This record gives sequence, C-alpha cells and structure tokens, in this order.
Amino acid sequence: MSRYLLIQSKSPWESGDIGHFYSLARDLGQAGNDVTFFLVQNGVMSARNGAKDAAFDQLLGSKIRVLADDFSLRERAINRETLKGGVSVSPIDEVVDLLAGSAKALWH
Amino acid sequence: MATITIGIMDPPYESANTPTAFRLVEAAIRKGHNVNVFCYEGATALGYAGQKQHPNAVHGMTLEEEDHPNPKEWVKSLLAFATEKNVKLVWCNCGLCVDERGVENQVEGTCRGSPVDAWKYCEASDGVLMIGTQ
Repeated sequence: MSRYLLIQSKSPWESGDIGHFYSLARDLGQAGNDVTFFLVQNGVMSARNGAKDAAFDQLLGSKIRVLADDFSLRERAINRETLKGGVSVSPIDEVVDLLAGSAKALWH
Repeated sequence: MATITIGIMDPPYESANTPTAFRLVEAAIRKGHNVNVFCYEGATALGYAGQKQHPNAVHGMTLEEEDHPNPKEWVKSLLAFATEKNVKLVWCNCGLCVDERGVENQVEGTCRGSPVDAWKYCEASDGVLMIGTQ
C-alpha cells in the first residue's frame, strides 16, 4: 500500500478533465492505497453544500480522506458549516506533513 | 527533518498557484524542513530583482498607499525565514528559462540550474510536488 496526495486546485466548472482526477483518486483508494484528496484554490468550490458535482460526491464517504484548505475557504467566504459531510477543513500544513512523510503527490 | 522539493512553473502576477506555492514553502520551513524550489519557465521571473511597485491611478492610491506586493519580496522573505529557522532553502531557477526571459538580475540567494538539478533535488527528497501551469 502506498500513500497518495492528490491536490485539486480547479473547480469542476473550469476544467473538463477533473473527472479523470476524481477517478484516479477513487481507483487508487479502491486498490487499497491511503489517499488524501486536498482541495485548494477554486478546488474548494465542490465542497459547498448544494454544489452539483456528482463525481466529487462519490469520493465522500469512501476511504479517501477529503480535506479543504482553510485559507482558500476564507478567501471565498465559505464557512465550514456550509461544507458537505465528509469534507474536513485543514491548514496547508497537512500537505507539508504528507510530503515530508513521502506521500506521492499529484497536482491538478 | 525532511527535505521537500517543490516545482513551480507559473509566472508572477498570473495564477493563484503562485501564492499557494509560497504558502507551502513557508509552512515547510516553519515546520523545520529543508526545501528545494525549482522554478521553471515563467516562474523564473518570481525572483527578478527588477520588479517595481506602482501607484494605482484608478483608485487614487499613491505608491506607498497601494503597497503592491511583488513576489521578489516574498522570495527574499522566505530565504531570510529559512536562515532564521536554520534550515536550507534552495531557490533554483532554470538557467535557459532565465536567459530566454532576460531575468538574470535575481534577488540575492537564488541560483541557476537545469532540469538535471531538478531531478537531483527530487532524488534526494522525501517528498516532491510539481505545480504545473495547467
């Protein structure tokens, strides 16, 4: 089992290939890997309650850990109380910790 | 203490990727890790010493009031922060990319390298993150 860090920086409405990134996260998780999906910048937009992003919602409730960058949320005036269940708010320090722990990281 | 390599490609003033990269470097230094930053393509202009602040005529702001942040100041701050924390921060610019853009005049503390150096940094690191432009 390997540890993966997938960082999503775009909203699903600005890039057509985000679905592939979600699929990669899901497949890595289903293969038994430890996967963290970190939302940053416009990537946090999918985490809002009511945001229609079915492929993202499929990650929630799975073994994949889904985190949203606290700074990116504040920049966009998104309160943690308005996030979908299964999304945790995290400082960017978490990314550093995972990199320092030799997680394999991908940026999208 | 770990060693982390972060690759940046975006030019200054254009992408939210840049402040995120700076935040990552700051957090890594704060946590006591050594950091290699490899700037490729447009990102080699981040440390260009010729960047200048400007007033904002539209909003009637003077240069001092506008206090426009230039990334070269952030690069200098990160280098100083690493010294303060007694960790190593390598800020390496792709030499060819620097020459193409004429941004040889860099803030003190940065260095020139090649993709070979980027590969060496990655090989010697615990973690690697490449932040592409797309």
